[in-house]
Amino acid sequence: MNLTLKIWRQKSPKDKGRFETYKVEASPHMSFLEMLDVLNEELISKKEDPVTFEHDCREGICGTCSLVINGQPHGPNKGTATCQLHMRHYKDGDIIVIEPYRAAAFPVLKDLAVDRSAFDRIIQAGGYISVNTGAPQDGNAIPIEKDQAAKAFDAAACIGCGACVAACPNASAMLFVSAKVAHLAMLPQGKVEAKRRAQAMVRQMDAEGFGMCSNVTACEVECPKEISVKNIARLNREYLSSSISSETKV
Amino acid sequence: MSFDSNVPPGPLAEKWTQYRGTMNLVAPNNKRRIEIIVVGTGLAGASAAATLGELGYNVKCFTFHDSPRRAHSIAAQGGINAAKNYANDGDSVYRLFYDTIKGGDYRSRESNVYRLAEVSRNIIDQAVAQGVPFAREYGGLLDNRSFGGVQVSRTFYARGQTGQQLLLGAYQALSRQIAQGNVEMYNRHEMLDLVLVDGKARGIIVRNLLTGELERHAAHCVVLATGGYGNVFYLSTNAMNCNVTAAWRAARRGAYMANPCFTQIHPTCIPQSGDYQSKLTLMSESLRNDGRVWVPKKQEDAKAIREGKKTGNDIADADRDYFLERRYPAFGNLVPRDVASRAAKVVCDEGLGVAPTGLAVFLDFEDAIMRYGRSKAHSAGLHNPSDSKVRELGEQVVEEKYGNLFEMYEKITGENPYKLPMKIYPAVHYTMGGLWVDYNLETNIPGLFALGECNFSDHGANRLGASALMQGLADGYFVLPYTIGQFLSNEIRTPKFDPDAQEFLDAEKDTRERLEGMMNVKGSQSVESFHRRLGKIMWDYCGMSRNADGLKKARKMIQELREEFYKDVFVPGSLDEYNPEVEKAHRVADFFELGELMVVDALDRNESCGGHFREEYQTEEGEALRNDEDYAYVSAWEYKGWEEGPVLHKEELVFENVELKTRSYK
Repeated sequence: MNLTLKIWRQKSPKDKGRFETYKVEASPHMSFLEMLDVLNEELISKKEDPVTFEHDCREGICGTCSLVINGQPHGPNKGTATCQLHMRHYKDGDIIVIEPYRAAAFPVLKDLAVDRSAFDRIIQAGGYISVNTGAPQDGNAIPIEKDQAAKAFDAAACIGCGACVAACPNASAMLFVSAKVAHLAMLPQGKVEAKRRAQAMVRQMDAEGFGMCSNVTACEVECPKEISVKNIARLNREYLSSSISSETKV
Repeated sequence: MSFDSNVPPGPLAEKWTQYRGTMNLVAPNNKRRIEIIVVGTGLAGASAAATLGELGYNVKCFTFHDSPRRAHSIAAQGGINAAKNYANDGDSVYRLFYDTIKGGDYRSRESNVYRLAEVSRNIIDQAVAQGVPFAREYGGLLDNRSFGGVQVSRTFYARGQTGQQLLLGAYQALSRQIAQGNVEMYNRHEMLDLVLVDGKARGIIVRNLLTGELERHAAHCVVLATGGYGNVFYLSTNAMNCNVTAAWRAARRGAYMANPCFTQIHPTCIPQSGDYQSKLTLMSESLRNDGRVWVPKKQEDAKAIREGKKTGNDIADADRDYFLERRYPAFGNLVPRDVASRAAKVVCDEGLGVAPTGLAVFLDFEDAIMRYGRSKAHSAGLHNPSDSKVRELGEQVVEEKYGNLFEMYEKITGENPYKLPMKIYPAVHYTMGGLWVDYNLETNIPGLFALGECNFSDHGANRLGASALMQGLADGYFVLPYTIGQFLSNEIRTPKFDPDAQEFLDAEKDTRERLEGMMNVKGSQSVESFHRRLGKIMWDYCGMSRNADGLKKARKMIQELREEFYKDVFVPGSLDEYNPEVEKAHRVADFFELGELMVVDALDRNESCGGHFREEYQTEEGEALRNDEDYAYVSAWEYKGWEEGPVLHKEELVFENVELKTRSYK
């Protein structure tokens, strides 16, 4: 199939950036990123600059790939990261617009690659259970109800790709932050410091310049791991109850 | 250079405990003065960096990823082994040790493997304490499943995303140390050389991937946890950026590379669909708990399937060859990976493959769906349920167990695996070989340590499923933090090293010249095209089966391709910018040298063992024919450059606790 690509090109963070148009021939069995590989090989053969985009595992789990494809982070398919999107979902003659994530807290580095280190700093603020390596109690000494463990897992499945931020008109990181807060707060091991964690992570999120959550829920729709906005309610609960509790000092 | 495995004395079961109780310590006030460099943030690197930070050392941690959480450990699906015996099925530390030694075809070091089995139990406890959401039973206790090559259930799992959850646990522990200032984290920095001062590892040269700038970093010692080199084959289940450069640069500075030809070809991967393919995707081994592997018995059926005229469902049971169950009745579909992969290759070579390329076999869940469906109908009190009801209930059970894997399969192939049997084929997945290390996980270069897949130590010639996560975390959480003290306790008076010292400046200059050399070729072929060609040579001649003639030919082909690379490669852009093509170029350059060494190693080993199958050495039934008399050694190669070639050093393997037997899964 023959496709027309309109791709955002930007040499550096300071460069203004613009769309460039390219033609590429793809097979329906290719993945979306393999289609971009083909384009890059062509550009290199013409001694032109290939398009910089980030990717690694190409199995939808590392969270490195991103892209906004025809206005949707990770493209049109539900619960699918860009690297798992295949060209059979497109047809001959399609025009595809490919942009980087747009958010103040995710500055563009080059072409389609953005800086998502703000997420690391949010986790560093408190997205963990404070336990050193050592000799904790036996794993079976903490029984956890099967469904509760499953719910915690659902939240923990977040891959930190940032699609939630890119999908949100306010560029809010609430889904990402809430997934970690909820994962740990739903487990007895993480309950102990749940309030402190919620306070610290939200404070860092605000400091990074992410927007406010206004319950648009586009984040849930575009999330490649289908993380539920219920987690945002869980975060709000943790955050509010810790805000009115005078004992929580962060 | 010294070359001693430094295995402590004493009975096998007591070695580690005794050694740990008597080894040298570094006092807390001295730890504060000592700097450690950790390269890599996968399970091994992140767990080591976090634990060393907790202990009070000054850690500098490097990754080429944009975040430590992206390391490829994240993609491990099936699970992690531990000798907990929660299933009450007779498991023990000894049995895990024995299974691992046997699974590795008696080519690993007894003492290291025993220690691994011992600390496996602590890993589960540690991960639970960190909040890793392992699968649970209704009673709230941890659930287990079975993996290949064993007859007990000792695999802990978090759906099909066990690696992700364990890595996030380690990443979060690391993040806590970063926040506390004990670990200084360098994202988007790739190690390009190792710096030795007076024969000891004292620093590294890294490239800042955003600016292209080269940086010099010094420390008292260097820990490499940089993963495996499966991408030398171009197509593998590794992530696109996995590479050998850090380990290879250490080898270039004198570290021995051990058993480089031991590569794991995983039997259940989604088959290749075209020439544009960039990587292969694994379907977890856990699927072989319930999936049955087969091909049609008749050539004409196989042909009809390949041409799309029939599907697997059209073939009657009597016309199917469940070849693993037929050849290996005791272990059936759960034989180890090397055995399953070779068996699949054999039937495809006979013309019975079921994909258009002829390279695929079926992995069929029909029986499991119906079995689970009947059982679920029974518990729900449904008598005489219809077949469609049984199927519906069965599909629900299978979805609960493997839902994300089935979904991934459908996304990639466009076929629904609940209705049609999966098509799978072996692919490169893991490398058992790696930097040679002693019992302390220290290489032959003093002060240089190697952890996880980056070292060679625990899996012999074949790794058992769910053991990579176990080894990575064992090394990082529970082994290195102790053993590194043996080296560092002699360094407490050593002042910090100056990264402006001549050794560092020289190494930086070497690196710059190497990179400029590639940029200046300004030829006509892309790095990617060279990588593909190298991968094809490796797969054709040093893949699932090897022979002396092919290996000799491959060596020559690799050398020629390497020469062509340095004459005609084209790397676009410049060195002083964010330029992924530069990263690819130096990685592929290192793959040429490693690839040649793998071929040399495969040629040296005149036997078949584990993943290394030499066609000349097989039994009449086509099973691997090991030669313990002549080859019960670790091949540790010293690399001396293109002209001189590699020099072999042998570490004889001593088996005091297990009897060397023909490995049989019949």
